Amino acid sequence: MTIEFEAPKPIANQQVMLKTVAENMMRPISREFDENEHDIPWSYVEFMHMAMKAAGGGGGLTVTEKPQEGDEKRPPIGYQKLATQIEMLAWGDVGMYLITPGGGLGAAAVAAAGTPEQKEKFLTRFNSDIPTYAAMCMTEPGAGSDTSAIRTRAVLDEKTNEWVINGEKIFVTGGDKSFTEYEKLGKGFIVVWASIDPTAGRAGMRAFVVESGTAGVKINKLEKKMGIRVSDTAAISLVDVRVPFENMLGSATVEKNNTGFRGAMATFDATRPLVAASGLGVARAALEFLKEKLEENGVKIHYGLPRQKLSNIEREVIDMEIMLKSAWLMTLKAVWMADNKKSNALESSMSKVKAGDVTTKITQKAVEILGPIGYSREFLLEKWMRDAKITDIYEGTGQINRLVVARQILGYSGKELR
Amino acid sequence: MYSFEPNEEQQMLIDAVNKYAENDLRASAHENEENKELPKKLINKGWEIGLLQASIPESYGGFGERNAATNVLALEEMAYGDLAGTLAVLTPSLFATPILLAGSEEQKKNYLPKIIAGEWSPYTAALIEMSFDFDPNALKTTAEINQDEITLKGEKAFVPYAKEAHEILVYANLNGVTQGFIVPEDSVGLSISEEREKLMGLNALPMYRVKLDDVKIPVANRLGGASGHDFELILASLRLGSASAALGVAKSSFEYAKNYAKEREAFGVKIAQKQAVAFMLAEMRTEIEAMRLLTWEAAWKLDNNKEDICVAAYLAHTGAVDMVMMVTDRGVQIYGGHGYIRENPVELLMRNGRGFAMLLGLAIV
Ligand SMILES: Cc1cc2nc3c(=O)[nH]c(=O)nc-3n(C[C@H](O)[C@H](O)[C@H](O)COP(=O)(O)OP(=O)(O)OC[C@H]3O[C@@H](n4cnc5c(N)ncnc54)[C@H](O)[C@@H]3O)c2cc1C
Repeated sequence: MTIEFEAPKPIANQQVMLKTVAENMMRPISREFDENEHDIPWSYVEFMHMAMKAAGGGGGLTVTEKPQEGDEKRPPIGYQKLATQIEMLAWGDVGMYLITPGGGLGAAAVAAAGTPEQKEKFLTRFNSDIPTYAAMCMTEPGAGSDTSAIRTRAVLDEKTNEWVINGEKIFVTGGDKSFTEYEKLGKGFIVVWASIDPTAGRAGMRAFVVESGTAGVKINKLEKKMGIRVSDTAAISLVDVRVPFENMLGSATVEKNNTGFRGAMATFDATRPLVAASGLGVARAALEFLKEKLEENGVKIHYGLPRQKLSNIEREVIDMEIMLKSAWLMTLKAVWMADNKKSNALESSMSKVKAGDVTTKITQKAVEILGPIGYSREFLLEKWMRDAKITDIYEGTGQINRLVVARQILGYSGKELR
Repeated sequence: MYSFEPNEEQQMLIDAVNKYAENDLRASAHENEENKELPKKLINKGWEIGLLQASIPESYGGFGERNAATNVLALEEMAYGDLAGTLAVLTPSLFATPILLAGSEEQKKNYLPKIIAGEWSPYTAALIEMSFDFDPNALKTTAEINQDEITLKGEKAFVPYAKEAHEILVYANLNGVTQGFIVPEDSVGLSISEEREKLMGLNALPMYRVKLDDVKIPVANRLGGASGHDFELILASLRLGSASAALGVAKSSFEYAKNYAKEREAFGVKIAQKQAVAFMLAEMRTEIEAMRLLTWEAAWKLDNNKEDICVAAYLAHTGAVDMVMMVTDRGVQIYGGHGYIRENPVELLMRNGRGFAMLLGLAIV
C-alpha cells in the first residue's frame, strides 16, 4: 500500500459522464420538483434506469465491479466508485439522487444481513427492464436514534410458518415507490425491522422483507418536508401483515442473539460514508455557486495571504474549502477501507460527523454571504441549504455518530457511554 | 488509485521515529521547557534517525530521495513527542532542504555533504519578522543587487540556533519577490541578539533576533545562484512542515486527554462516560483526521508536481493552524484545573499549539 490521491481511470471517466447528467437531467428540473412536492420526475427515473443498465450496472446505485482481466488487476474500488457517483449526482440534486432507481437502503440491508439465497431471491429484480425500488423501515414514532426501542412486533404463526407483523413505521425514504404499485415501476419491497422478543432488547431485533402489495400494509401519508422534497418519505402502518418464514433476513433461527442488530449496524458502517458523500455533493454545489457569484462581482480570493491580511469573505471561503476538501478525503478513506475489507466503523462515523457539520455550515454560510441572492428562490442556493440539513439527521444524527466515534476511540460499549 | 496507507518503508520509519518521540522527547519535554534547554545528546539521537540524510541523494553524501509524504509522516510522529525537540533536530533542514530544492549545483556540492556528515551541526534559516502583518511573500527585510554584490537590510525574528549557526539562509525581499540568501556567520553587519527570544511556548528551543545592517554577500550566495529561484515550492514545503508538526502536537494533546478522561472520575463515572467530554474527544479525533488527510494529499501533490500544490499546501496549513488550537485548548479543558498546572503536559501543548499561527518557517518537509 501507499499514500496516493489519483482518481482511478474508471472513476475519472464516470465523473465526466455523471456531470453531464447532473447538469442536463437534474439541475433544470430541480426547482419544479421542489415546488411540486409529491410529483415524480419520470424523465430522470427512466433515463437513469436505462443509463445504468446500459453501463452494466444493473441494480441501481450499488457496489458493482466487473471481474478484472489481465494486467489491469488492481485493488477493488466498488465503494469508491459508488461514493463518487453519489457525490456528483447530489451535486446535481440530492433529492433526485435519492430517487435514483434501485434497491437503496432496503437492498443494502439484504446485502448486509441476508443469506446467499435471500440475496439471490430479493436482489435480482433490480436488474429488470423497469425501474424498481426498495426501502428500509427502522424508525417509529417512539424510536428514532434509539433503535432498540422499536415496538413493531413479529410473531411466528407456527401453523402456517409465517411471521405476523404489527407496528407503525415513519420516515421511510422511498417507501411509496417501493411499496405502492405503479404502472411504470417493477415490484419492490420494504425491509421492516421488528422485534421477535421485546424482553430481549437488541437481541430480539430482526429484519423482514415485505413485498410490495402485501395485505395489511398501508401508506398513511407522505411527509411534507423542509428539503429533499422530490424524495418521498412515507409513514407506514402494518396490521397483521403476514410474510413467509424465509423473509426474515439472516439464518433462520430465532435464538436470542445480536446478529439482527449487528446486521443493522453493519448496514450503517457501509452506508454512512455514502450519506456523507451525498451531503458533500450539495456542499460543493453551494460553494461553487458562491465563488462564481463572488467572482462575477469582482471579489477575488487571495490564496496564500496570511490570515491577518484576508478580508472576512476571503476567510470564510477559504475555511469552507478546507472543510469541504478534508471532509471529502475522510469519506473517500472510509469507502477505500470498505473496498479493502478493513473494518471502518470509526472512519465511517467520523466521515458522517464531519460531513454533517460541513454540509450544513457551508450551505448556511453561503446563503448568508450572498444575502438576497442566497435567500431568493430565483436561485437554487436556498434549496441546497434546505436539502443539506438532512445530512446531519438521517443515518444517525450528528450526535449519534459522535457517540459511535467516541465509543470507538475510548473502547467503550453502548452501556459505558450512552 | 486512491490509497490511504503508508508503505512498508514509511511504516518502518514511523515506528523508529515513534520510539524516539515516545521514549526520549515526550519523556523530557516538560523538563526541557522548564530548564529552557535541549541536551545535545537528545538532539543527536533524533538526528541519527536520519530524516534529512534520507532526503539527500548519494551524490551529495546522503542516502535517499526527498519525499514530502514520507517527511510529513515522520514529522507528525516526532512532533507528537515534543515540538521544541523536533524543531531543534530538524533545524539543519531549514537550510539544507531549500538548497536541495532550489540551490545551484555549486551550492548543493558545497553545503549538502558537510551538513549531513557526522553529528548534528547548526545550520539555520531566517524567515519570520516581528510585525503583525508578517507575510512570507511581502518581507520587510530587503535585498539589493549591485553588480556582483548583494546588500541585505532588515531584522529577522525567531531564528533557531542563530548564535551557533555556521551559515544562515536569510529570506529577503528582492524587488517584491522573496528570495533566499546564504549568509556566513562572520559577515560584517550581521548581529545576533545576546538574549534568546522569550515566547509563550517553545522555551527549550534557543531562538534569536538577527539583524542585518547592510550585510554584503557575493551574488553566488543567492539561493539558486545569480539567477535566483522560485520561492513558491519552498513556501509550500514550509507550510506542510508546519502542518505536519501541528498534527503531532494535536495528537499528543488528544492522547493525553483521552487517557486522562478514562481515568478521572466525577459523579460516580469516568468523565469520558459523560457525553460533554466524549463529544469533545470525538471532535478532536475527527478534526485531526481531517487535517491529516488534507496534509497528506498536499504532500502527495508536491511529490507529483501537481498544478495546484501551492493552494493545497496553503489550505492544509491554514486548516491545521485552527485545528491544533482547537484540539490543544480542549486538551486543557478535559484535564480541568489540573490542566492548568504546568506539571501536567497539556498546557505546554496548548502554548505550543498557538505558535503555529506565527511560526511558519521553522519546519520543512
Ligand atoms: C427525510 C428523512 C428520511 C428518513 N429516512 C429514513 C429511512 O429511510 N429509514 C428509517 O428507518 N429512518 C429514516 N429516517 C429517520 C431518521 O433516521 C431519524 O429521524 C433519526 O435517526 C433521528 O431520530 P428521531 O427523529 O426520532 O430523533 P430523536 O432520536 O428523538 O433525537 C432527537 C434529538 O436528540 C438527540 N439524541 C438522541 N439520542 C441521543 C443520545 N444518546 N445522545 C445525545 N443526543 C441524542 C438527537 O441527536 C437529536 O438531536 C428519515 C428521517 C427523515 C427526516
